[in-house]
Amino acid sequence: MTSKNGTTRQIENEDWVACIARIRDTQDEVAFARLFAHFAPRVKAFLMRSGADSTLAEECTQEVMSALWQKAHMFDPARASAATWIFTIARNRKIDALRKQRRPEPEQLPWGQDPEPDQADVLALQQESDQLGDAIAALPEKQRVLIEKAYFGDLSHSEIAEQTGLPLGTIKSRIRLALDRLRHAMK
Amino acid sequence: MTQPAIKHHLTDALLMAYSAGTLPEAFSLTVATHISMCDECRARLASFDTVGGTLLDRSEAVEMGADSLAATMALIRAGAPVEKPAPRRASHDLPAPLRDYVGGDLQGVRWRSVGMGVKQAILPTSRDATARLLYIPAGASVPDHGHRGTELTLVLQGAFVDEVDHFGPGDIEVANEDLSHTPVADIGADCICLAATDAPLRFRSIMPRLAQPFLRI
Repeated sequence: MTSKNGTTRQIENEDWVACIARIRDTQDEVAFARLFAHFAPRVKAFLMRSGADSTLAEECTQEVMSALWQKAHMFDPARASAATWIFTIARNRKIDALRKQRRPEPEQLPWGQDPEPDQADVLALQQESDQLGDAIAALPEKQRVLIEKAYFGDLSHSEIAEQTGLPLGTIKSRIRLALDRLRHAMK
Repeated sequence: MTQPAIKHHLTDALLMAYSAGTLPEAFSLTVATHISMCDECRARLASFDTVGGTLLDRSEAVEMGADSLAATMALIRAGAPVEKPAPRRASHDLPAPLRDYVGGDLQGVRWRSVGMGVKQAILPTSRDATARLLYIPAGASVPDHGHRGTELTLVLQGAFVDEVDHFGPGDIEVANEDLSHTPVADIGADCICLAATDAPLRFRSIMPRLAQPFLRI
């Protein structure tokens, strides 16, 4: 995890939201290049940790980033940060390309009346995402590593048990403790 | 599709694995169907997705290929923009993720009898787990069974009762190897459930065990 102070991150988050809006409204390639520079190397790392070799990860990352462009009008900054939205696109690509399975998605909620989300909602959501990031960074090492493995190692809890040599019960209770801490930090 | 009073929700472990994308397809289908009916779990899923997004945002980067951005721009120019999904139309009796697997609503389900009035329809998912629709006539029961792995049972219509509790529309029961149960459909109405298992069920009496390979339950 890299460390940056809260204000820098806050500005960064709002900036990503603005970049996606510029892609949606004016097909702004400069905005896209900035998003690409930050997120593409991280999406590629995520796919490689999930078991893709470098070539496949590169190919899938380009597909994920082009999906970001194509779907820019579907991004709702009152419901997700840019990072969260990109994570869900990358995860779906992973299931499709690496696990060769379909990804059943929940039914979409009906669209609201106003196409532009309320700025206060957007700000609150971006701040909460940021707070959660700090809470994850502050977790005890042992708990944080397991959360990362659960998301990025493409491992079930019992596979994590095999890999780490930890009993399944220990893994489950550490993850539970981590989630309790995160909930507490978000109150 | 939102139901007023769902009592039995998804566990953190299931929501986290669905968010991380590590569940077998049959389980993902069951989780997605429950979330379609349950606003509380939809909100909880959003939190787990945010954990994933945060980890992505703050993870170490690896180097991209030299012409990666140009190659991506070429992909973008070759592709068509994605249409925003249309707002929900007429009312349906199955949530959207399930309609995709059934190929329509309940009347399109191809039921097969498994005896005692109970019917099932196995849905086409990857083989690491099985998803099936179960039709249990009012007052009838599914034979007493234990589990080797995990079994998720989501009520779509009607209700069932077992040794644990009463499960109504939208409720999901998460059963593991410790639980042996006999679900009985509520007397009021026929019960339709979506059930997912990652290992064959173990029936207690000899007859269902013999039938198991044929029924794939």
